[in-house]
Amino acid sequence: MTPLVQVDGLTRRFDISKPWLNRVLERESRQFLTANADVSFEIKKGETFALVGESGSGKSTIAKMIVGLLAPSEGRIHFDGQEMDFASGANMRALRRRFQMIFQDPFASLNPRWRVRDIVAEPIVTFGLLQGADVAREVDRLLEVVGLSAADAAKFPHEFSGGQRQRIAIARALSSKPEFIVCDEPTSALDVSVQAQILNLMRDLQDEFGLTYLLISHDLSVVRHMANRIGVLYLGRLVEVADAKRLFLEPQHPYTRMLLDAVPDLALSGRRRKPVLGEIPNPIDPPSGCAFHPRCPLAQDICKADTPQPSVTPTGQAACHFAGKIGEVA
Amino acid sequence: MTTDTQSRVARVWDSDIMWSFRHSPVAIVAGLVVLLIALAALFAPWIAPTNPYDPSQLNLMDGFTPPMEANAFTGNSYILGTDNQGRDVLSTILYGTRISLFVGISAVLFAMVLGITLGLIAGYRGGWVDGLLMRIADVQLSFPSILIALLIFGVARGLIPPAYRETMAIWVLIVAIGLSDWVQFARVVRGATMVEKSKEYVQAARVVGAHPVKILIRHILPNVMGPVLVIGTIGLALAIIAEATLSFLGVGVPPTQPSLGTLIRIGQQYLFSGEWWILLFPSIALLALALSVNLLGDWLRDALNPRLR
Repeated sequence: MTPLVQVDGLTRRFDISKPWLNRVLERESRQFLTANADVSFEIKKGETFALVGESGSGKSTIAKMIVGLLAPSEGRIHFDGQEMDFASGANMRALRRRFQMIFQDPFASLNPRWRVRDIVAEPIVTFGLLQGADVAREVDRLLEVVGLSAADAAKFPHEFSGGQRQRIAIARALSSKPEFIVCDEPTSALDVSVQAQILNLMRDLQDEFGLTYLLISHDLSVVRHMANRIGVLYLGRLVEVADAKRLFLEPQHPYTRMLLDAVPDLALSGRRRKPVLGEIPNPIDPPSGCAFHPRCPLAQDICKADTPQPSVTPTGQAACHFAGKIGEVA
Repeated sequence: MTTDTQSRVARVWDSDIMWSFRHSPVAIVAGLVVLLIALAALFAPWIAPTNPYDPSQLNLMDGFTPPMEANAFTGNSYILGTDNQGRDVLSTILYGTRISLFVGISAVLFAMVLGITLGLIAGYRGGWVDGLLMRIADVQLSFPSILIALLIFGVARGLIPPAYRETMAIWVLIVAIGLSDWVQFARVVRGATMVEKSKEYVQAARVVGAHPVKILIRHILPNVMGPVLVIGTIGLALAIIAEATLSFLGVGVPPTQPSLGTLIRIGQQYLFSGEWWILLFPSIALLALALSVNLLGDWLRDALNPRLR
């Protein structure tokens, strides 16, 4: 079975050079920031694939490239076997309808000057899926699907709380009847009490409509609640991909283990919480070899010299010279 | 339906901006003065005691009649006196305000449309388009705007055949003032557009493949109109003064359809010979109009600024 979304060697560099005149006068060369390097993964139909990582690890850049908000510098994205080419209008139009995005900040993702009715209907109108009174009827139905009432359609976004706004954003994402939804930190701007409601709503909708999710999050408890498979990003590179349940029990990459050790233990089992060592390095000037080696407790000379390629592990894959042998070295 | 319209009126009355208006005496007075002048200008043909530009109603013997006094030859009396040609000063002010307001409003609308369009494009596209437009704006800002207007006016005069100069003069004036004023709008709209385009609601529209023009007009434009209204109001006062300045310098509207600036130019020729009213009353009208519009603009700026609430 072909995966719904297939990402191959996705790389994104940002040009952060100074203006041309400054470069000439100060004799500096162009500078690039590599946000993502050679990221490859697959998302199967109906699953939730999560990407986790610290701030600056390039999670959102991947999300933006998949939905076409950013053009990849290198690499390909296939959706249901077809290559995504955002430059081609007609082909993309049919593909665009099949994926959607939910954003992080529900206070910025809804146009404050639009009524909820128009916000939710925007994809329907843009794709020309329905006409006239059918649009309003569909909006009312969608609002009820996400737990709001049809009467809310006439209101403006500022009349709603953060959680309700995120429900509106979800209704908008559902309105083009997509198969795949990219969720970029969908709950990180919400109160903890509301987070669970939104996550449960997303799961219910997944069951009801057979949706596939790409979930971007830095919150491991959210990821644990939602994901089937998890990819761990470090400095723009995918360091580990594993089955969600097993990742938490048997982390294969030292960075994954460091992340998991840092999670507060709500079960109060008495386990000591180990703080994360060091900080994520400057992506303009990343470390040689394995980008994680300055912070890695297991680092050897080979880690400074060679960039590790992903290798198969019992739980998935990991990009570490000692993948599968962490126990032995430590 | 009546309840719906009533509630709409009530909603506008209760809105933040109306609340702020009701609690600002300066804004209320300025608003009333502007409204009064605008209505007087609009209905000038019905209000004015005489039509000062109808030669059949003019009597040269009425010339230089002082205000509230009877003319020595004809016995006619005028509230604000008459000018050198016997035209009633009150009537010329009413008709002149009409032209001043028309030129001012048209010029601001022209500058607004041009500035908003270029500002939206520069802010949304960025890159070299932005660089080019903003450098043009910078160059233009380094000259006094009245100088730019004079230049455009001169060029236009050279291009238009003499036969059409009289009729085209007012439109040339509007374009000249508008072109010298678009930069303010373009800069503010560009800045606001750059803020708005990075917001997630614009990204959501881009994900579904909405056309850039549609995103600019339907999404971004409504969210950048606040500051545009403020500059528009203050710009109106500036445009009225710019028109008066150009007309005073003799390059504005032709004497056959004089604006307030033209009236002041005519009046200042008689100031030292004692006929002060020909200069004073048009000047007061211009001052009241420009000051009130300016005060309204100041109030609007404060009312729309959330930090000053």
